[in-house]
Amino acid sequence: MDVVVCVKQVPDTEQPIRVRPDGSGIDDQGLNWILNYYDEHAVEEALRVREKHGGTVTVVCVGPPRAAEAVRTALAMGADEAVHVADPALEGADHLAVARVLARVIGQLRYDLVLCGRLATDDNASVVGAALAEYLGLPQATAISKLQIGDSLATVEREVEGGVELVKVPLPALFTVERTINEPRYPTLPGIMKARRKEIRTLGLADLGLEPGEVGAQASRVRYTRFEPPPRRQAGQVVTPDSPEEAARVIVRFLQETAKVL
Amino acid sequence: MEFGLSEEHRMVQRTAREFAAREILPVASQLDAEHRFPTEIVRGLGELGLMGVMVPEAYGGAGMDNVAYALAMEEVARACASTAAIMSVNNSLVCDPILRYGTEDQRRRYLPVLASGREVGCYCLTEPSAGSDAASLQTTARLDGDRWVLNGTKAFVTNAREAWVFVVYARTEEEPGARGISAFLVERDHPGISVGKVERKMGLLASSTCEVLLEDCRVPRDNLLGRRGEGFKVALSTLDGGRIGIAAQAVGIARAALEESVGYAKQRRQFGRPIAEFQAIQWKIADMATRIDAARLLTLRAAWLRDQGKRCTLEASMAKLFASETAMWAAHQGVQIFGGYGYIKDYPVERYFRDAKITEIYEGTSEIQRMVIARNLLS
Repeated sequence: MDVVVCVKQVPDTEQPIRVRPDGSGIDDQGLNWILNYYDEHAVEEALRVREKHGGTVTVVCVGPPRAAEAVRTALAMGADEAVHVADPALEGADHLAVARVLARVIGQLRYDLVLCGRLATDDNASVVGAALAEYLGLPQATAISKLQIGDSLATVEREVEGGVELVKVPLPALFTVERTINEPRYPTLPGIMKARRKEIRTLGLADLGLEPGEVGAQASRVRYTRFEPPPRRQAGQVVTPDSPEEAARVIVRFLQETAKVL
Repeated sequence: MEFGLSEEHRMVQRTAREFAAREILPVASQLDAEHRFPTEIVRGLGELGLMGVMVPEAYGGAGMDNVAYALAMEEVARACASTAAIMSVNNSLVCDPILRYGTEDQRRRYLPVLASGREVGCYCLTEPSAGSDAASLQTTARLDGDRWVLNGTKAFVTNAREAWVFVVYARTEEEPGARGISAFLVERDHPGISVGKVERKMGLLASSTCEVLLEDCRVPRDNLLGRRGEGFKVALSTLDGGRIGIAAQAVGIARAALEESVGYAKQRRQFGRPIAEFQAIQWKIADMATRIDAARLLTLRAAWLRDQGKRCTLEASMAKLFASETAMWAAHQGVQIFGGYGYIKDYPVERYFRDAKITEIYEGTSEIQRMVIARNLLS
C-alpha cells in the first residue's frame, strides 16, 4: 500500500497573528512556522497504514523554501520520501492552482491512497484535498474519522450530524482526515536524525512541465483584496447576584433583551 | 555570529515541548504532592530519545548534541523540575561517563537500556562528610580475586531508589585526595549494595534522593569504569556536561515562573484593573524575562562549546551559576506576583520556589561555581 500525503506549512496559531498595517496580508515577522495540525494526523494515518499493510509513505508539499521544515518534520515522524515544489512563480497561487500542481506531482508517483488534512489552520478553506481528487480523477471522502483498508476497497467513517456515516470507497482514493482519526506520534530524536539523511526532492514548475500561466497568480481565480483583524472582543459583564434564582433571572433577561437569542 | 537554532534543534525543542505540555504538565503538581516517581513519563522520554540524547545511535541513543540536550531539558523542566532532574542524572552523570570512559562491553551492556528509559542510572559521589570537597570521600574499593569489594556510605543520590546501575566513586589507593579515586559500575543486584534512607526534601519531590549503602559490595573486576586511580577525572569531566544540564533545568523553572506570572498578572484584577497594568508588576516581569534570556544564552553557549569539543569548564560554571540564581530569583518574584495565592499549593509557583533552590546547590554549589570561575581568571 503506497500512500501519498499532502502537507502544508502554516503559522503556529499559539502565537498572536497580526495583520500588516496596509491590510495586504499577515505580518510574517516573528511567526513560527509549523506543519499543519490536520496534516500531522494525515501523516500519522499514512504511517499506520504502512505499519499494517507495508508499502511506502511519500510526502508532497507545495510551498516556499521555508516549508521544507514541515516536510522534514513529516520525514522525522517516519515518512520515507518527500517531494517539495518550491517556485517563486507560485506566489499568489490559489487553492485550485495548488491542487493542480499537487496533481501533476502525484500523477507521476505510484500510489494506492492519497491523504490530506481536512483543512489548513491558516485559511481554513478545505478546498485543496477535494479539488485534488477531482484533478486526479479519484473517488474521495472528506473529513474521515476512521480508515480501514480492505482488498481494493477502503471503509471510512465520517462524523455527521447525529451519527456516523459509513462509506466504502474503491481504491485508489483520496481522503481528507479529521483530527479525531488518531493521535499523531511525536518525531523522536532518532527519527529527527534519520530525517536529516533522507532526501527531499525539490522541484520547480519547469521540472513538472508547468507554466506560471497555468498555476501561478495569473491562473488564480481568488484574489485577496484586503485583510482585517477581527473586532476586539468586548470585556464580559460580571454580575454578582445574591441567590441562584436571581442569577437565573439576570441571565434569562440578558439572553432575551441584550443577546436576543431567546 | 548565528543565534538561530538549526532545523533539527527546532524539531527537538518542539517534540520536547509538546510531550511536556501533553504528558507531563497535567500531572506535575500531582506527582509532587504524591512524591511519585513518573515511571511512565520516563519511559515516554526514553521512547523519544530524551533519556540518552548524546548516546550514539549504535548504542540505542539519539546521537544528538549538547545543544539538543539543553533545549529538551529546558522544556521538560518548564513542566516538571523533578522529571528534569531524573533525566539530567541519567543523561549527564551516567550515560555520559559510560560513553566517554566505558569499555566496549560496558557501553553495550548499559547504554541501550539506560537510553530506552526502561531503567535509570544514578551517580554516587557525595558522602555524608564529603560534599563540595568530593576528593575527601572515604568509600573504599579493594581487589579480591576477580571482584572489587566496596565499602562506604553515599549521600544525596538522585534516582537511587529506582536505579539499575550506580556509578560509584571509591578510593582504591592509599593516597589521599583526588589521586586515589576510581569509578565503578555497580548494579542493584550486585550483593552488598542497598538503598538506605530516602530523604524528605523541600522540593523535587517526584524524584527520589537517597542514601546508598555499600557493605562488602562485590562487583566484577571488569566493572571498573575508566582507569584505576582516574576516577576523579571521570567525575570532573562528567560535571561540565552535568552543569549545562542543570543550567538548562534552571532556565526551564525560571521560564515556568515567568509564564505563569504573565498569565496571572493579566487576569488578576485589583484596584479595578489587571495587576499587569501596574508598573511594579511590569518591572518584575521585564527583569525576569531579561535574566532568563541571558541565562539561556549562557547555557546554549556552554553547550555549543562542548559540542565543538572545546573546553567549557568556565562557561558551564557561569551558566550554571547564573541560571540557578535566576531560577531562584524568578520563582521568588513569581510567588510575590501571585501574592497569597503564590504561597499555597493551588498554584504552581509555590512548587517552582521549592524546586528552584536545589539548582543553586547540586552539581556544585553557587560558591563552588564562583571558585571555579575565579580560579580560571586568577590562575
